[in-house]
Amino acid sequence: QVEQVKLLDRFSTSNKSLTGTLYLTATHLLFIDSSQRETWILHHHIAAVEKLPLTTSGCPLVIQCKNFRIVHFVVPRERDCHDIYNSLLQLSRTAKYEELYAFSYNPKQNESEQVKGWQLIDLAEEYKRMGVPNDYWQLSDANRDYKICETYPRELYVPRTASKPIIVGSSKFRSKGRFPVLSYYHKNKEAAICRCSQPLSGFSARCLEDEHMLQAISKANPSNRYMYVMDTRPKLNAMANRAAGKGYENEDNYSNIRFQFVGIENIHVMRSSLQKLLEVSGTRGLSVNDFLSGLENSGWLRHIKAVLDAAVFLAKAIAVESASVLVHCSDGWDRTSQVCSLGALLLDSYYRTIKGFMVLIEKDWISFGHKFSDRCCQLDGDPKEISPVFTQFLESVWNLTEQFPQAFEYNEAFLLQIHEHVHSCQFGNFLGNCQKEREDLKLKEKTYSLWPFLLAEQKKYQNPLYNPDFSPELTLLEPNTVSFNFKFWRNMYHQFDRSMHPRQSMFNLIMNTSEQNKQLEEDIKELEAKIKQKNGQSDVVLEKEQEQTAHPAPVALKSPPCFQKEQPPMPVNDAVRTIEGSNTADNRYSELVSEFSKAEPAVVSLEYGVARMTC
Amino acid sequence: MEFAELIKTPRADNVVLHCPFHLAVEGTLCLTGHHLIFSSRRQDNAEELWLLHSNIDSIDKRFVGSLGTIVIKCKDLRIIQLDIPGMEECLNIASSIEALSTLDSVTLMYPFFYRPMFEVLEDGWSSFLLEQEFELLSSVTNEWRLSCVNKDFSVCPSYPPVVIVPKSIDDEALRKVALFRHGGRFPMLSYYHKKNGMVMMRSSQPLTGTNGRRCKEDEKLVNATLRSGRRGFVIDTRPLNVAQQARAKGGGFEQEVHYPQWRRIHKYIERFNILQESFIKLVEACNDQSHNMDRWLSKLEASNWLTHIKELLTTACLAAQCIDRESASVLVHGSEGTDSTLQVTSLAQIILDPRCRTIRGFEALIVREWLQAGHPFQQRCAQSAYSNSKQKWEAPVFLLFLECVWQIHRQFPCSFEFNEQFLIMLFEHAYASQFGTFLGNNENERAKLKLPQKTMSLWSWVNRPEELSRFQNPIYEANSLVIWPSVAPQSLQLWEGVFLRWNRPSKFLEEAEKERINIIKYNKELQARVNALRRRLAELEVNDAVQE
Repeated sequence: QVEQVKLLDRFSTSNKSLTGTLYLTATHLLFIDSSQRETWILHHHIAAVEKLPLTTSGCPLVIQCKNFRIVHFVVPRERDCHDIYNSLLQLSRTAKYEELYAFSYNPKQNESEQVKGWQLIDLAEEYKRMGVPNDYWQLSDANRDYKICETYPRELYVPRTASKPIIVGSSKFRSKGRFPVLSYYHKNKEAAICRCSQPLSGFSARCLEDEHMLQAISKANPSNRYMYVMDTRPKLNAMANRAAGKGYENEDNYSNIRFQFVGIENIHVMRSSLQKLLEVSGTRGLSVNDFLSGLENSGWLRHIKAVLDAAVFLAKAIAVESASVLVHCSDGWDRTSQVCSLGALLLDSYYRTIKGFMVLIEKDWISFGHKFSDRCCQLDGDPKEISPVFTQFLESVWNLTEQFPQAFEYNEAFLLQIHEHVHSCQFGNFLGNCQKEREDLKLKEKTYSLWPFLLAEQKKYQNPLYNPDFSPELTLLEPNTVSFNFKFWRNMYHQFDRSMHPRQSMFNLIMNTSEQNKQLEEDIKELEAKIKQKNGQSDVVLEKEQEQTAHPAPVALKSPPCFQKEQPPMPVNDAVRTIEGSNTADNRYSELVSEFSKAEPAVVSLEYGVARMTC
Repeated sequence: MEFAELIKTPRADNVVLHCPFHLAVEGTLCLTGHHLIFSSRRQDNAEELWLLHSNIDSIDKRFVGSLGTIVIKCKDLRIIQLDIPGMEECLNIASSIEALSTLDSVTLMYPFFYRPMFEVLEDGWSSFLLEQEFELLSSVTNEWRLSCVNKDFSVCPSYPPVVIVPKSIDDEALRKVALFRHGGRFPMLSYYHKKNGMVMMRSSQPLTGTNGRRCKEDEKLVNATLRSGRRGFVIDTRPLNVAQQARAKGGGFEQEVHYPQWRRIHKYIERFNILQESFIKLVEACNDQSHNMDRWLSKLEASNWLTHIKELLTTACLAAQCIDRESASVLVHGSEGTDSTLQVTSLAQIILDPRCRTIRGFEALIVREWLQAGHPFQQRCAQSAYSNSKQKWEAPVFLLFLECVWQIHRQFPCSFEFNEQFLIMLFEHAYASQFGTFLGNNENERAKLKLPQKTMSLWSWVNRPEELSRFQNPIYEANSLVIWPSVAPQSLQLWEGVFLRWNRPSKFLEEAEKERINIIKYNKELQARVNALRRRLAELEVNDAVQE
């Protein structure tokens, strides 16, 4: 505990600050300012801690978080600062999974609730929903004991004609044994999205089993003879891989494939792109042109567009041409996950529901071995493995929700909350790099699943504009990917910089109104019942007529949430019509005046929704 | 002149109309004196287009064999294409459109011919008189007076006949001050902040010249707005060096020695051709769908449009801050005081004064701070972003103002009585309209053209209840506070409703907007029902009690 610590406003040019007390707990860093507002920072969220050179007011300490919060403290005594710095360094770097928050987090659920929570998302059920197994596709037990591929799930769906030897042979010809398997099956078009890793083709190597495997996939689609193979890498990268004995499919060796590069950059490019983006958006006194050129130089939106363009290509191949598509990149767990999951999201409206989105993440990201632990740096490891691949996926989805405001059951807060927990290590879902590792860690016994908690508070994540009839089952979303449609995601990268947000939120207003409408509908029913009780039938008939003329309910009534337990961290949700705007100090046009009249009241409303973590 | 002389081919059949994001339609094209009319002749008449000639910014024609194609670029930024069979017809039509869309004489414009099909409930020409404004002011302070010194427009040709000035300054002094200010635009009241009695004045630059001329009456006039012992701010919308250069041409700025109680702040708000170029570049960038991400962002940056937005908003916030936070009076001017000055004073009022965020209040603001204040609409809005001519008078000054209002609106969506459509409508009418409101460059010209007698006011139409309902913001809730917008680049956005309006399918966004309105409306209905039922129940309970 250190007192008299100052919290500086990240964007203020006049060094305004809040004074308060800093506490370190086993799991969180807590700052309570003089007006008793609390800022909680989970140790696992800390991406970097930096001690700046001593100033006259004390020792500055800058903490960057994985959820893009940046806090700037000034600690009066250098020794304290040094202590905090060292403690944070230790606390934020975890060496073993067992030390992560998820293993100590206790939401007061009993064992059966815990088990039920983990059973909420059932992938076998999901494959059934898609329509497999069927005449063409079957469940393979080849990987039941993770013998063929450690980073794949136990249950894999393959074409019926792909025999065990073909699977084994193909897996030996694919990087990390990740042979082609089913990711999504489109039952109307009978076409499939399959995924794998790059072939170990080098300059000339072939593998008959692998060629058979692809043929089996293409034959499993009765409506189209050819299939696409999408290599999501830029051509140059794929070619370079040949020198290392890897590479891409030679169209001459595979019958009826159409090969396509789509040019999504690798994890290292993405990491440095995000780094550049954050540098730009974190600049104080940023000019419009510096912002735009910084945005351009970071390449971030270009990458998002590339990912979405690839997904559109994939979805159209299936929906328009009824062709099956095999997607891979290098190892088939980053770009492949992005493209497969977004493609399915465009094809199938189920994934645009709250539950469906959870299923999609469980399937294409968690079960197929996207390396969450490495990419999000859950354990102290190789910094070169960190990459915002999943963040890009969420951002692509956000872009779609902006273009199709009525197509998604969930809202932005849902995406932000998932992003929060991918990094929080508070729940077991995202721990580890693959299913096998998760089983070895006994996560289902020792930790809790995030999904039931999100479902329990799904009211907060519902999009009030959602219209289930907007896109009936299996209708393709066709986003416009002209560059001007892609915008900087302020609510993600400046989630905690309240001064940049609209001071009145249209979204919150609509959310609350919609919520209130449901309550009012209940009230009306109740009142009508009472009146009916008091006053024979005749009047009620009158009421009924009125009801029919009234506007129909815009939002379907949802069944009440089933897991009413402790409230996990909340997304930003302020009172609807708070006006924070009465403070010019927030807005950085005050410089010239302050020198003229020194006596400006030192009021800084730093953040509104600061108290976010409840544990 | 007869319009018929200009129309050699009044009608062409089998013309194909291409509009972005619509299927091509075949139909008949007709030219009248003021309109280009396209009708598909389908039974439902669904495809009909009426385009004012004055809305046409530029036209291109090209031929493939005898099939001519005319591309029409409109001032509201829409681009349409007409395929006209027959070379002669096409040439005739193109030259007619060209001639009719660039008529020199104001009195040939459509507003002089337009006969409204609606009943005028309230004549917009007399809806917003300065006298009414003054009455409101008189109820809170008696330090100001109405002066008729300019009643025949002789003191300042670009000012209205009546102005509000400090009571202590007589008309004789005003005449002297007018000689000391560019174009005779002496400092006059723009806004009175009721909360603390501070004021915003506007004027043009003082004519100090190189030898530092001064004018005692001018000093007295501006000092009359200060409380004793308080200081004021002069916000000069030019950077210091530009203001200094202006002295060589007889202009200048208030010298500290002669205005010791005033502190000068120089800001830089772009004007004229630089703004116009910026506008043209932005529209070019938005119209090219083939740009990759890097090119789009660098084009957006190169247009500088958002930089102008940020600068303007920043300056307006600064003026508002001086008044509300520093309790100081403010004088705003640039050179002529007819462009950037008005942008700043009107935006500052949006920030400070809740009344300006209502529909009527915003209309009054536009009348007072733009039309009566002598913003030269006719010159500035003669051409829009597709003009190829290098006339130097065009500039999207008013559009930039509207966009700043939109930016604030986005940050405070509940605080405005009007919606985005209202702003877009004003943009359209400023450039091409059937109403006379935006004709002429100042009140003097409007009086000479006898606009109030000969044309219909935009406000007569807009303020009719059936029109008004389209422009109302369903989530409006009066907010009496000062609203401070964020001017960080991350908080500013391209005004898609204007710049991308014709470049992307907007069906889903419009449907979502409808749904939002439905939710709000439904909420009101439900609340009314609940209240009615509660009353009914209460009545029944009373009856029960009586019966018992």
